[in-house]
Amino acid sequence: MLPPDKLLPETQPVYVQSWIYVFGVATLAALLFVIASGLLLTLMGPAWYHVSSKGHFVNSVHLWSVELFFVFMVVHLWGKFWMAAWRGRRAMTWITGVVSFLTSIGTAFTGYLVQTNFDSQWISSEAKDGLNSVGIGAWFNVTNFGQMLLFHVALLPLVVGFLVAWHIVLVRKRGVVPPLEAQETGAQL
Amino acid sequence: MSVHQLLAVGLDGPAHYFTWGPIQISLANLVVIAIIVILFVLAIVLPFPKSKSRP
Repeated sequence: MLPPDKLLPETQPVYVQSWIYVFGVATLAALLFVIASGLLLTLMGPAWYHVSSKGHFVNSVHLWSVELFFVFMVVHLWGKFWMAAWRGRRAMTWITGVVSFLTSIGTAFTGYLVQTNFDSQWISSEAKDGLNSVGIGAWFNVTNFGQMLLFHVALLPLVVGFLVAWHIVLVRKRGVVPPLEAQETGAQL
Repeated sequence: MSVHQLLAVGLDGPAHYFTWGPIQISLANLVVIAIIVILFVLAIVLPFPKSKSRP
């Protein structure tokens, strides 16, 4: 399905020489930092990241890599939206990107719920009212710490990881989308 | 006053909010959105450095 030269190509079309094409891989790089710091936090536990200086540092790396992940992803989303990136049989690439964006919001949200501090208590009680008001409060309980912790460290990262992997394979398979004014050639498909 | 104290952002007080009718947003969130917009504009406008080995 994907020969090595297509999975890891050495050259790209000339229009890829633009900063707007950098933000997809920048998002991916930030995600790797999120996963690595998250794994470390999972290994060491809340007592470590609340009390020790190294724990505080890794906790901050986790927070700020998530901030960068979303900043880069939003720029990537705007860039792809305004160049209609679903062209040329790339609909599923667009859809997997949108769904992974929405799932990432849920993953980040459950992260705020499991900080084990007063901030997370406040966010969960406010969010419960908000989610009940839009009719989805019966599906899960944001004040249930155990459920939210498992959502954050197991269920949602698995979904995000699967969607991102699928998204990247599709990008490699279909190629990066050309700008609207560029002519598509067979090499780019 | 040390460099760390100068760079530190006080988070103990209540957040600053802007309210325009039904829209309410904190200064911190507005700053993040402004950074994203600036980054997007720069990504479109700034020229990408050309590779020396390849024309």
